Amino acid sequence: MDVFGSFALLLAFICAVYAFVGGIFAIRTRHPLLVKSVRQAGMATCGLIFIATFSLVYLFFSDSYWVAYVVAHSNRDLPTFYKIAALWSGQEGSLLFWSFLLAVYVLSALFAYRNKNGELMPYVGVVLAGVQIFFLTLNNFVASPFKVLATPGTNGALEIFTRADGNGLNPLLQYPEMVIHPPNLYSGYTGFTIPFAFALGALLARYPGEKWIHLTRKWTMIAWCFQTVGVLLGAHWAYAVLGWGGYWGWDPVENASLLPWLTGTAFLHSVMMQEKRGMMKVWNVWLVFLTFMLCILGTTLTRSGIVSSVHAFAQSSIGNWFVGFLALILVVCLVAYVKNRDYLKSENQLDAIVSRESSFLFNNLILLVSCVAVLSGTLFPVFSEWLSGSRISVGAPFFNKVNLPIGLLLLFLTGVGPLLAWRKTSTDSLKRNFGWPSVFSLAVGVVMFALGLREFYSLVCLILCVFVASTIVMEFYRGAKVIRARSGASFAASAVDLTLRNTRRYGGYIVHMGMVLIFVGLAGAAFNKDAQKEMQIGSTLQIGPYSLLLQSFESKPERNYTAERMVVEVMRDNKALMMLYPERRFFQTNEQSGTMVAIYSTLRHDLYVVYAGQSPDNQRPVIHAYLNPLVKWIWFGGVIVVLGTIVTLLPNRRTVLALSAVQEPATARPIAPTLAPSITMREGHD
Amino acid sequence: MQRRAKFGIGIGVIVVAMGFLAWLGYGESKTYYHTIAELPTLHGDARAHRLRVGGTVEPGSIHRLPGRVDFVLQGEGQSLPVSYVGSDPLPDTFVDKSQALVEGSLAKNGSFVAEQVQAKCASKYEAAPTAGPPAKSADTGKKSAPGSTM
Repeated sequence: MDVFGSFALLLAFICAVYAFVGGIFAIRTRHPLLVKSVRQAGMATCGLIFIATFSLVYLFFSDSYWVAYVVAHSNRDLPTFYKIAALWSGQEGSLLFWSFLLAVYVLSALFAYRNKNGELMPYVGVVLAGVQIFFLTLNNFVASPFKVLATPGTNGALEIFTRADGNGLNPLLQYPEMVIHPPNLYSGYTGFTIPFAFALGALLARYPGEKWIHLTRKWTMIAWCFQTVGVLLGAHWAYAVLGWGGYWGWDPVENASLLPWLTGTAFLHSVMMQEKRGMMKVWNVWLVFLTFMLCILGTTLTRSGIVSSVHAFAQSSIGNWFVGFLALILVVCLVAYVKNRDYLKSENQLDAIVSRESSFLFNNLILLVSCVAVLSGTLFPVFSEWLSGSRISVGAPFFNKVNLPIGLLLLFLTGVGPLLAWRKTSTDSLKRNFGWPSVFSLAVGVVMFALGLREFYSLVCLILCVFVASTIVMEFYRGAKVIRARSGASFAASAVDLTLRNTRRYGGYIVHMGMVLIFVGLAGAAFNKDAQKEMQIGSTLQIGPYSLLLQSFESKPERNYTAERMVVEVMRDNKALMMLYPERRFFQTNEQSGTMVAIYSTLRHDLYVVYAGQSPDNQRPVIHAYLNPLVKWIWFGGVIVVLGTIVTLLPNRRTVLALSAVQEPATARPIAPTLAPSITMREGHD
Repeated sequence: MQRRAKFGIGIGVIVVAMGFLAWLGYGESKTYYHTIAELPTLHGDARAHRLRVGGTVEPGSIHRLPGRVDFVLQGEGQSLPVSYVGSDPLPDTFVDKSQALVEGSLAKNGSFVAEQVQAKCASKYEAAPTAGPPAKSADTGKKSAPGSTM
């Protein structure tokens, strides 16, 4: 199977090269047969990558301990579930997994547009094949996952050597979320390849109009959604597994996942300016180029250890390949842009500072500032070493100082932007849209201040959350009211109807609502508490409203590890509430240990309990408890974001309605009177 | 071009404000990376900087004392006594022979007072007794016990 897999990879490489070189000829000659054969070579590349990936999965499942990668990341007792995760737990496997996911996207794109957009697709195919060639080069010649263990035999020739068992999977990764987090994040990283290929292809082909944006919108949304989920799952994993009570530490690997998310978010918003007003064409093309480059950079940072979290550690030569690839992409993008830039002329100018355009502009600006800050902070050790010779790194205060105000500004724009009219917004409409939300949120702010909330950023954040949430609720309310007046259905049904008629606009609101919930959760971080205590059976630790009573402490062998476990009873107001079992697992195969945090999560706060080992003096177990307010809102917000994204991907429901005049227009945008009766005409305004 | 000026001012204010905040944050959190061998060569101001040092944990050197954990980091044939005084529990990966990165400052007596410790397990292959491919580093996940939350 290992030989089979590596042959499949080699063939995939050859097919990709053919798709690339043949594609260039196909563009030159426009020969229909060549175009078709190149497209099919592209599809074959993907199929071969699938075969190679499944071969590696098979090797894991069949416990093939002569394959170096399997030995390094699996063992016989490893649960099946984690044998799949073992696929991407190391360098070689994750690069193959990158190729695999990319192949899924490439195959879908090539297949979906096989008979469409004939002018554009050959260019797109060449770009996609180019990206695939890079990764297949790594898979084949730099980091092959199919290397076998060999030992010199009696006659001097090398013989395959089989180990009895593997080294096992890193315990930090033996956690259900680690099975879904990397695929999500990687799907995000790889997914941006499609909009990138379309943007570059359209630029090279001088393909007319905004077509490439329409074509790639869905792909971008999907990639963005995966990226969002990936970032949040990473945060949740860090929270639930690493046992330090927090979820975001501005670690280079975390930052790497955030960077393309920031530019991807900027791109999602700024393309609307191009769709609606023909503006920002150069900006959009560069945003998508940048997003793709940051995806590659993210993979570089994760895989190469250039700025590893732990700087001095083993650096891998793979970094040079990635840096070279990044430089190559930059050169290609620059050349394509310089040669074809006249095709990206803007059709319109910014009209007023209080307009939808300017809110998008500022949204983009601050997302980019945040991106630059995070990027420079992450790469600071590298740059400072080049410039001054000493390796200086910056920590959480740097990132927080810049990103907290940016986050709040962004939150503000989330509420304001969607309700501003294109071109210019009248004072009247400002009052109507923002009057009540402002009054309401300030009132809530005053109440919270009176209740003792004095943390500046958290207070502002919560006020803004209320503000944005109420603008969104008002939008749904107004729209639903109009529908209800006509159909007589309930408010809820009308709101659903409203959403389905303009999925893009109202799905967008749902995504914004999810972001609001996430910000509520982030605001809670200022009020985290923790306490630590050596415990005896029967002793208690008090934290917030809870007291934790240690009932017993045991050591228990399991199939794959031995667990030291505390049995803790949680009491509140002297009433027993529930049991928690924080533990530490010791894995025999690789002599590593893993902490299992016990969390009691409510909307108000999380009670987060860690078994912190035994005290050195008296072998008593030590308990470390945290009380983290509002954390659950972050994960819940993430779920809402995903739901909203799914809504935006649904096609609009087109209902034939007997149009009647609406008593109260839903918004006061300048609307041609002939269009006014139906609210479906608002489609054009999102 | 009043309109453009307005946008220019808006953009300028944001960029300058963020730049200022970034500069403040930089001053507050900049940390100099040095190897163990470089530490004795530091003089004056350089000794007072916030420092980050990497090395391997000397087997048997970890002593868990009340309120702190003492251990010895080795690297390039030199060793450095370290006292960890942070409040976060040490990461699971922090064991004998693991590679650790400590962040903190130098004490007067030349030992190191660490407020943060990150650790990564030593390569599984290096100690493998059986024949196999040349030593290659195993991938050990993301990170451990980072600094503060946001």
